[in-house]
Amino acid sequence: MRENKHQAPETVERFLDSTLESVDSAEELAVGVAQRAGFDADDLMRIGMAVRESMVNAVVHGNRYNAHKRVRFSVGHNSQRFTVRISDEGEGFDFESLPDPLAPENIMRTSGRGIFLIRSFMDEFQMRHLDRGGTEVTLVKYLVSK
Amino acid sequence: MSIKLNTRQVGDVSVVDVAGRITLGEGSSALRDTLRDMVGKSQKKILLNLGEVSYIDSSGIGELVSGFTTVTNSGGQLKLLNLNKRVKDLLQITKLYTVFDVHEDEAGAIRSF
Repeated sequence: MRENKHQAPETVERFLDSTLESVDSAEELAVGVAQRAGFDADDLMRIGMAVRESMVNAVVHGNRYNAHKRVRFSVGHNSQRFTVRISDEGEGFDFESLPDPLAPENIMRTSGRGIFLIRSFMDEFQMRHLDRGGTEVTLVKYLVSK
Repeated sequence: MSIKLNTRQVGDVSVVDVAGRITLGEGSSALRDTLRDMVGKSQKKILLNLGEVSYIDSSGIGELVSGFTTVTNSGGQLKLLNLNKRVKDLLQITKLYTVFDVHEDEAGAIRSF
C-alpha cells in the first residue's frame, strides 16, 4: 500500500483482441497507470502479474483466442483505490470448482495457479458471470491504508 | 526482452543460462523445447540458471514444474541456480520452493549432482 500524493484520478478503457499481444498491452497499460498512481516497484510487479494472469484467463480460457471475441479492459484509480476490470465473451466457468493449487495433490500440477497468484498480489479480487455471457473480474489494490 | 537460452557443459552437468521473461507463449515454449531436447539426448544432470530471469508468470512456473517432472521421470535431476527475489518469492508462495533443489553458487550446485 502506498500513500497517494495527490495524483489526478485517471481511467483508461480498451477493447482488445483475443491475442497474447493484448495480454502484453494490458499489462503495460496497467503498470503505467499504477506507476503514475504512486505504487513502488514491488507493487508494480504484483499488479502487472495479476493483470497478466487475468488477461491470459480472458484471452486463452474465456475467448479461446477467438478472433471474433474481444476483451474489455479498463484500469483507473481514485485517491484510494486502483481498479482493473477485465471481461471476456467466453462461456464462463464454475468459480467454485477451482482446485486449490497449494493442496499436496495439486502442487506438481503444471497449471491452475493464475487465480491464486492474482488473489495473493491484489487486495481485492472478484469474479462474476455477465448477463450477456462471459466473465468479468475486478482487481483492486489500495492506494491508502484501510 | 523475451527469453534467451544458452546451454553449456560443465563436466557432466548441462547448465542452461536463462535470461528474460518466462511467460505464456514464446518464453515458456522455448524453455520446454530446450528441456525436452536435453532429455531426448539423455542428459541426466541439468542446472537451470535463472539469474537473469526478469519475470515469470504462472505459465512459466508450470514449465518449471513440467521440466522437473520430465527430467525426474527420465531418471535425471533438474536443479535451480541463482533465483532472484521475485522468482524465489513466487516459488515460496506457490509452495514449490522446497520441491526444487535450489542453489546460489554454481560450483556448489555442480558438485551437488
